[in-house]
Amino acid sequence: MPADFNWAIGGEAGDGIDSTGKIFAQALSRSGRHVFTSKDFASRIRGGYTAYKVRTAVDPVQSVVDRLDVLIALTPRTIEENLNELHEGSVIIYDGDRTTMENVEIPEGMIGLDVPLKRLAEEAGGAIMRNVVALGAACEVSDFPIENLDSALEKRFGSKGQSLVDNNKEAARAGRDYVAEEYGHDFDYELETTDADYVLLNGDEAIGMGAIAAGCKFYAGYPITPATAVMEYLTGRIEQFGGHVLQAEDELSAINIALGAARAGARSMTATSGPGIDLMTETFGLVATSETPLVIVDVMRSGPSTGMPTKQEQGDLNMLLYGGHGEIPRFVLGPTSISECFWKTVEAFNLAEKYQTPVYIAADLAMAVTEQTFPPEAFDMDAVEIDRGKVVDEESVEEWQNEKGQFKAHALTDDGVSPRAFPGTDGGVHMSTGLEHDELGRRTEDTEMRVEQVDKRNRKVETAREREDFSPREFGDEESDNLVISWGSNEGAMTEAIEFLEEEGVDVRFLSVPYLFPRPDLTDEVESAENVVVVECNATGQFADVVEHDTLRRVDRVNKYDGVRFKADELAADIKAALQEADQ
Amino acid sequence: MSSDVRFTDFKSDKQPTWCPGCGDFGTMNGMMKALAETGNDPDNTFIVAGIGCSGKIGTYMRSYALHGVHGRALPVGTGVKLANPDLEVMVAGGDGDGYSIGAGHFVHAVRRNVDMTYVVMDNRIYGLTKGQASPTSRMDFETSTTPEGPQQPPVNPMALALASGATFIAQSFSTDAQRHAEIVQKAIEHDGFGFVNVFSPCVTFNDVDTYDYFRDNLVDVAEEGHDPTDYDAAKEKILDASKEYQGVIWQSEKSIPYGEKHGVDTNTSEIDEGAPEGAMDLVREFY
Repeated sequence: MPADFNWAIGGEAGDGIDSTGKIFAQALSRSGRHVFTSKDFASRIRGGYTAYKVRTAVDPVQSVVDRLDVLIALTPRTIEENLNELHEGSVIIYDGDRTTMENVEIPEGMIGLDVPLKRLAEEAGGAIMRNVVALGAACEVSDFPIENLDSALEKRFGSKGQSLVDNNKEAARAGRDYVAEEYGHDFDYELETTDADYVLLNGDEAIGMGAIAAGCKFYAGYPITPATAVMEYLTGRIEQFGGHVLQAEDELSAINIALGAARAGARSMTATSGPGIDLMTETFGLVATSETPLVIVDVMRSGPSTGMPTKQEQGDLNMLLYGGHGEIPRFVLGPTSISECFWKTVEAFNLAEKYQTPVYIAADLAMAVTEQTFPPEAFDMDAVEIDRGKVVDEESVEEWQNEKGQFKAHALTDDGVSPRAFPGTDGGVHMSTGLEHDELGRRTEDTEMRVEQVDKRNRKVETAREREDFSPREFGDEESDNLVISWGSNEGAMTEAIEFLEEEGVDVRFLSVPYLFPRPDLTDEVESAENVVVVECNATGQFADVVEHDTLRRVDRVNKYDGVRFKADELAADIKAALQEADQ
Repeated sequence: MSSDVRFTDFKSDKQPTWCPGCGDFGTMNGMMKALAETGNDPDNTFIVAGIGCSGKIGTYMRSYALHGVHGRALPVGTGVKLANPDLEVMVAGGDGDGYSIGAGHFVHAVRRNVDMTYVVMDNRIYGLTKGQASPTSRMDFETSTTPEGPQQPPVNPMALALASGATFIAQSFSTDAQRHAEIVQKAIEHDGFGFVNVFSPCVTFNDVDTYDYFRDNLVDVAEEGHDPTDYDAAKEKILDASKEYQGVIWQSEKSIPYGEKHGVDTNTSEIDEGAPEGAMDLVREFY
């Protein structure tokens, strides 16, 4: 386990929690420390409580834990909400001058630092900087040189003028000095810095960046939590690479606009969340049967219906695998980390075009809205490969014409993949349709052609299984009798849980599955294990069902559906309990 | 693009299954004539069709085409045109496709003003499902699902377009071949979203809005000396429920198509063989 430090700022929505947290995360990242952030909208009580949490270490961190070392509490409720994570020696920074904080009680064993945040901010140039005063105080508590905060403040406020940057720097120093003078230097924490260069980004941004890297030139979408950040990322950036973003009137339109762009030959994408997938399912069948390459991102959130829009869940798997009337193959990729959001997006575009099929990317809220540090090489653009599949030009188009010179856009081929002619290609004129069609793309109800076209489309999956590597990612002890299988963002928590389990003498083999369809055959791995546990953020165990279906064996399940991601320590305990139960 | 394209080049070898006498024949012929007349050829033309009798048009014409799902033809056309502005994009559908299930998209396609043409074959009935009320059916039009008539005022497509900020609104009659083709041609030539509502009678299920009805009631605005760039005059015609008008009713002289406004002017089907140049800058932004 990394020697980690856990920090948070919490208050009411509108208190500037997110931007303050981001400044601290950025400062840590720029000082060569690894960072993993999470946003906490959790509430046992109704209201606007929100928190931004930062876990940091010199070694990589890829999960959250149930522990908080330093908390900036702007409201009494912030302390209440985090009681179970605070421990003896935790430091709570608060402003006792604030009416609501006057009589706040610091739990026994914890250290309360009453810092006049507002007054010091006013002295530095404005009350609005009180959170930055708190950051300065936090720097002192964690023995983190305040100069590291400066570059993050410059990044955040630089565009608004140097005097604002200077005021903020002064505010931070006021917080630091106040703590040093009033409370001394004697705290347990020391945040060491390194020379390493890291980038800090979230999964939505990684998906957007992956799309640009893959040559995506067209994005149509409709705003929805937690996928909007994909669209916001692309807006203003994709244009620099010759692309365009269009905000549609609804998701029905968004997927059809993206489909149109793909028919015209552009690499095209849309992103949404579960409620948007519900609507897009109408057109999904058309995309698939017209054999149009399209990337559709589902950043899953808690459902059904409006559900809990800002909460984690992996509840859409069945919909992505089976959604829509009739039967049609589709590819479903499930990135397992923030950097994989980038790479799986690149891969999605290649698979979409190679197999002329829609590709779903099943991302989830827990990775979409949280940031993590990576070395920039984790996104090595030189390693991006582009494969456009069977595109024909004006010369090669002739090979695929019938005796009348008509282009066979849905030609029956051994590998199931037909030639693709972009509109504008002389000799490539063709239509396509959501109706069952013949090789020319024209409606047919001929029984033989129907069967041939269905088989051809399904053959693409078999071809992909032969040509592509759909292996799972493997962690832990390969020889262990205890097999844990998971998908999506649980990978981070699970890889850290392995270390917790090791400490307690429990060994596990962990398979993290990024390909949900076509997916790896795990029969051998499941058969050779004594205990099999499938971990996922939903109530019914949708992926566990799939594993049972594939391997013809019952598995144990660890499910979480309270809206909060797995925490590494908590997950370790859950797995230990599941294994113990299985052994009884 | 060859200069000697004839309108028959846009005709496929598939025989239409429309009922004999269907208005859609004339509508389609006019579209083909207008496409040839404006210098297009099948290789650079993209037809998007919706669902309904009208939706079959992609099969009977020869061009790049997609026959989509019900009501969503306009979004598809929008994507095609913006991804490759070199293509001539024409979207075709019926009154059900455009003004009922797709009404939301109609409003926003009009607002967006993408440079494409939208031809609606308005027969004031659902033909393919054998005669139910459509959004343009009359209040008292009795059908299998509305025995007393819909008892709702019909949608006024041109008014809907005008209220949504249309830059080109026209109406034609499918059997008036010459005039219909001219009007569609003007819609193609318009810089922006060219909308043509075509009276395209259903001879099988609609015994009210027939060829005879339209012949007797049609007024050509060109013969009345109507100036389509006069907004108030256009508005008056559009809101006049007492007549059926033919011609270009409204054409804004200030139309700036979406592509021009947003700098979308390049065929994006060709891309680099790896990540685009400068992509590493995107990573550095996250320092």
